[in-house]
Amino acid sequence: MDTDTPALRDLERMAATIRCDIIRMIHRAGAGHPGGALSAADLVTALYFRVMRLDPRNPSWPARDRFILSKGHACPVLYAALARRGYFALSELETLRRLGSRLQGHPDMLKTPGIDMTAGSLGQGLSAGLGMALAARVKGLDIHVYVLVGDGEVQEGQVWEAAMAATKWQTANLVALLDCNRLQNDGEVASIMPVEPLAAKWQAFGWEVREIDGHNMREIVETLEDVRDHAVRPTAILAHTIKGCGVSFMENVPGWHGRAPNDEEAERALCELRRQLDG
Amino acid sequence: MADMPTYPTRYAYAEAVQELAAANPDVVLLNADVAKSMRTNEFAERFPEREFNFGIAEQNMMAAAAGMATVGLIPFVSTYAVFASMRACEQVRTMICYPRLNVKIAASHGGLTPGQDGVTHQGLEDMALMRSLAGMTVIQPADATSTRKAVWAAAAHPGPVYLRLTRDPVPVLYDDSLQFEIGRAITLRDGEDATIIAIGDMVALAVEAADMLEGEGLEVGVLDMHTLKPLDEAAVVRAARATGAIVTAENHTLFGGLGSAVAEVLGEQCPVPLSRVGLGNTFAESGPYKELLVKYRMSSVDIAAAVRRVVSRKDRVRSR
Repeated sequence: MDTDTPALRDLERMAATIRCDIIRMIHRAGAGHPGGALSAADLVTALYFRVMRLDPRNPSWPARDRFILSKGHACPVLYAALARRGYFALSELETLRRLGSRLQGHPDMLKTPGIDMTAGSLGQGLSAGLGMALAARVKGLDIHVYVLVGDGEVQEGQVWEAAMAATKWQTANLVALLDCNRLQNDGEVASIMPVEPLAAKWQAFGWEVREIDGHNMREIVETLEDVRDHAVRPTAILAHTIKGCGVSFMENVPGWHGRAPNDEEAERALCELRRQLDG
Repeated sequence: MADMPTYPTRYAYAEAVQELAAANPDVVLLNADVAKSMRTNEFAERFPEREFNFGIAEQNMMAAAAGMATVGLIPFVSTYAVFASMRACEQVRTMICYPRLNVKIAASHGGLTPGQDGVTHQGLEDMALMRSLAGMTVIQPADATSTRKAVWAAAAHPGPVYLRLTRDPVPVLYDDSLQFEIGRAITLRDGEDATIIAIGDMVALAVEAADMLEGEGLEVGVLDMHTLKPLDEAAVVRAARATGAIVTAENHTLFGGLGSAVAEVLGEQCPVPLSRVGLGNTFAESGPYKELLVKYRMSSVDIAAAVRRVVSRKDRVRSR
């Protein structure tokens, strides 16, 4: 038996737990973006509970790995992961988007312990990640920088400015994780503004490209660890995901990009997710 | 003024940031394909591992600087004012100012100084835009000496700083004994009849105007308001109380820059006659810097005329 199997099962259970947190947070806040938070739940779980070097007791540890949620509207997934990892109390998740809360509608590095970069204006996170990767070189720090980018987000030209520059400087410690859920605010990425062929684009910009099932925990972990330990140039991991993953009536429905579930919908979603936890 | 040595403040910046980098290993320099123009290519030769030329991609450069600052570096981002403040405006706002990151933006070609390049390269709205950003410090030194001091002051000041520079040579007004402090105006001369509050390259022109007016029997003070934000409000109010009339002079649009900032302070704290010298509701055009200043009514002659206007208004107020 593979010795990693129990750990993978733990990670899968954690991802399901985080999906429950996401639904509860957005339901309580009455606003937010469940679809893209749910699609990224397995990726974020793998990073925070397995792949990244972190110290929740010392969120500003200089030698920690960095994570940027460039698609910042998905922040409930990150807040849930941070709380579950021990950066702050689980009860604080209830304050999402409330006046005075440390959990803003998009990530704020000054307010929330564990947030490495303020983000949410799409297209800018990869540039910041590149800056971190370069700064690590200047400072002599051995750190890895992970930037979670939406597939619709690459419509922003700045993403490609950053992609070009990362190749110039061969930042092997920079990983772009693309949450390819194929939907954006106004509808399907392919009809709003086609971005394919994504793999060929990243390759043409000089990046190593991996394609994975963004909901297969074994594939996620193996790929992230292999890239972390062996990359010689910047790597784009195209993670094929399902927007709203884990809640049947939210899956692949563009309308769940940016609206909160009502009481009945939240209860149905939590029932489904609890069954996955028990299964 | 005519016999004073002159020097472009962009070159003074490029030299000072090298000295700074020699003293502080956290200082890095970011270029966007105008390193030759700003002479920051000399930094690249001296500190190759601490210089990053991003090519013609200012938005990426600005957000990358933000990322660098989170790891403890002090990035000096070097480009032209139009691109720093407008092409990358949102990156400056959301990625640098909002998280209060320690990024210094050196913006050359401020105002009409890139005269012959024309409107595309003349940064005339940058100070208003940068002033509107919460937590941003906005500086335009008057000469090469104060530029060198401003570079060190900016590095010592935690948080974002916008440092505006000139393409063209401007008179060297100060010697090395200058005490430069962010947010504290420099009194170049005292006066009784009016005070000219000027910023950047307009400070030398303000001194010229005050010289002209002296011949007409007017004693005019000159303040070098090198820091637009935070504005030295106390100095503005002191000048208004002491002389009862204010003229502002800026190489910038009249909408939102020094004139606006001074008017806000005067309106709230000490209303006196005010006249603002700067670019009106128009774009300029190609032409030599000094000829443009004349055509667009921003020369020392125009500053002197503005002083005469506020002095006569002051007299009318008194005689009522």
